Amino acid sequence: MGRNIVIETHDLIRIYGSITAVDKLNLTIYEGEIFGLLGPNGAGKTTTILMLMGLTEPTSGSISVMGYDPTREPLQVKRVAGYMPDSIGFYDYMTGRENLLYTASLNQIPMKEAERRADELLSRVGLKEASDCKVRGYSRGMRQRLGVADVLIKDPKILILDEPTLGIDPEGVKELLELIVKLSKEEGKTILISSHLLYQMQEICDRVGIFVKGKLMVCGKITDLAENISGEKECAVELIMKPFDVAAMEIIRSIDGVKDVYTQGAMLVADVQSDEIAVKINRELIERGYIIYHFRVRGYTLDDIYRQYFGEEGVTI
Amino acid sequence: MIKQKEVTVTSFDKGTKRGSSGGFYKVFIKELSDQLSSIRFLILFFLILVTGVASFYVAASSIRDTVEEMGNEFVFLRLFTTSGGSLPPFTSFLSFLGPLVGLSIGFDAINGEENRGTISRLLAQPIYRDDVINGKFLAGLAVLGMMTFALGGLVGGMGILLTGLPPTGEEILRLIIYLLISVVYMAFWLGLSVLFSLLFKQAATSALAGIAVWLLFTIFVPLLSGPVADLIYPIRGQDDIIGQLRNITLQQNLSRISPSTLYDEAVVAMLSPGVRTLGPILLEQIYGAVPGPLPLGQSLLLIWPHITGLVAGTLIIFGITYTIFLRREIRA
Ligand SMILES: Nc1ncnc2c1ncn2[C@@H]1O[C@H](COP(=O)(O)OP(=O)(O)OP(=O)(O)O)[C@@H](O)[C@H]1O
Ligand SMILES: [Mg+2]
Repeated sequence: MGRNIVIETHDLIRIYGSITAVDKLNLTIYEGEIFGLLGPNGAGKTTTILMLMGLTEPTSGSISVMGYDPTREPLQVKRVAGYMPDSIGFYDYMTGRENLLYTASLNQIPMKEAERRADELLSRVGLKEASDCKVRGYSRGMRQRLGVADVLIKDPKILILDEPTLGIDPEGVKELLELIVKLSKEEGKTILISSHLLYQMQEICDRVGIFVKGKLMVCGKITDLAENISGEKECAVELIMKPFDVAAMEIIRSIDGVKDVYTQGAMLVADVQSDEIAVKINRELIERGYIIYHFRVRGYTLDDIYRQYFGEEGVTI
Repeated sequence: MIKQKEVTVTSFDKGTKRGSSGGFYKVFIKELSDQLSSIRFLILFFLILVTGVASFYVAASSIRDTVEEMGNEFVFLRLFTTSGGSLPPFTSFLSFLGPLVGLSIGFDAINGEENRGTISRLLAQPIYRDDVINGKFLAGLAVLGMMTFALGGLVGGMGILLTGLPPTGEEILRLIIYLLISVVYMAFWLGLSVLFSLLFKQAATSALAGIAVWLLFTIFVPLLSGPVADLIYPIRGQDDIIGQLRNITLQQNLSRISPSTLYDEAVVAMLSPGVRTLGPILLEQIYGAVPGPLPLGQSLLLIWPHITGLVAGTLIIFGITYTIFLRREIRA
């Protein structure tokens, strides 16, 4: 990953009447990284993105996107950055392909090249069969995929995606996240994603910034953030074993260093002080004749980090 | 999501170096083809076509009788203004339906994009904001122009076939000016509907607002100008010439607030060269006047204020729309 700065904001403020939607934001995003902008509803994520794209003016502060000021040189910014709004819409009386070609034409891409890119992207996002159907008949997820193709058609250096996984089924989400990682790692695109879906972001983001009420609370690698929360390397153990009974819970609880044991869906989860304790749990259970089907030590999740910064009620999954 | 008018926001895209983004042409072409293929435009066009052709046909069949009384001077133009018995003349149909076409083209120009969620995607492309508003407005104007001239050409040709009389050069010129004025008049309604599409979030609301203003201007303003004038300059008796004159002048000027009145008067002057004045005439003024049609230049002079009024109104409304749109904050 390069260390070139692609997006930088300095003391960015946006005030709506009495609401400060974005409060003194200082953000730095480097070339080639996937940056996750996380935060609960109304945190100011969309507002920040709109300012980056030059669609909304900041009340004060400065922004630089590849060296351009979105307020004064919006066209330059829009040439290098692709933006996918959270409520993406298309001309529903046109086909998916026609919608893409229109976007391409607005970007001054020659017709031949535009057609080539449109077809390639449509099959890339899995809309090849539907490409000549009117968007009117598309499902929510299909529109979202078309949205991805739409931002990619101008071959931007920066991708700004506002809640891109909204309304897509789990399989689709997986494909989309894979595509995003690929775009970043293989094609070197810088990607800024806003979301409130922690687990998804945890899987793909190089760095995240957690946003609450317009303020950036923390910013950095997820692992670093986790260590900030507590000095030690605490972790949780996921378990599925047979027989899955209360006695097992008691056994685990009696082990030194286990802080809590609870069920989570079909799993048993134990919060432990270190991963050595996790090994201990495993050994103990096997000695007692349990058969272990699933055993996983998980590090601190974003969930915990998130919770740390704005309490339980802000968590929306 | 709360949507709030932003007063503090300065114009977007009023940037430094301003070259052409090439976006205008692309937006224009798309809007043009959207309009021409939209069902709602086709329906209205068909309606105008059918009523126009029907009234024209009836006028053409009855024109033979009037030729004997009035001679065949400007017969070609009379085809447009003659009501053949039960059907109103062609000009009335165009004057009545034209605004509706204008309104139908523009009423969801902006809020349609907002409701579909395409506006933020559109403005995230490297084009200027004015490209969008200009492209939409001028595409609408182009559609109106094409429609009007196609219609005028069609019925004109029909007129020649039906009467067997070729139009004179002046008649053709007057017809072209008439069609141009019609385009301007419809453009006024187009501009108004685009403005409403910017002010109202729902397409239905902006359509209704447009129709309300249309009713106001075509029906209520002319209707109310009489009573209002009576209120200000009551006529005391038959001998009160000055009072009567003031009353009529005021009434006429009041009704000229309405672009429909301006248009109708302009059409009359343009297509009926016999009309020498649009205001009240005193008997003294008629003495000594040479009877006969006005030359084209004089007719134009007569309606010059009307034309500038219509053009100015359209430009002002478009200017307001343009300014609001450039300052509008776009939220998906
Ligand atoms: N036009 C506006 N007028 C007034 N307040 C606004 C306006 N736009 C946004 N806000 C306020 O700004 C704050 C931030 O909104 P924003 O849309 O940026 O949040 P978000 O982080 O994108 O939330 P979500 O996850 O729901 O999309 C909210 O409190 C919102 O009410
Ligand atoms: Mg948002």
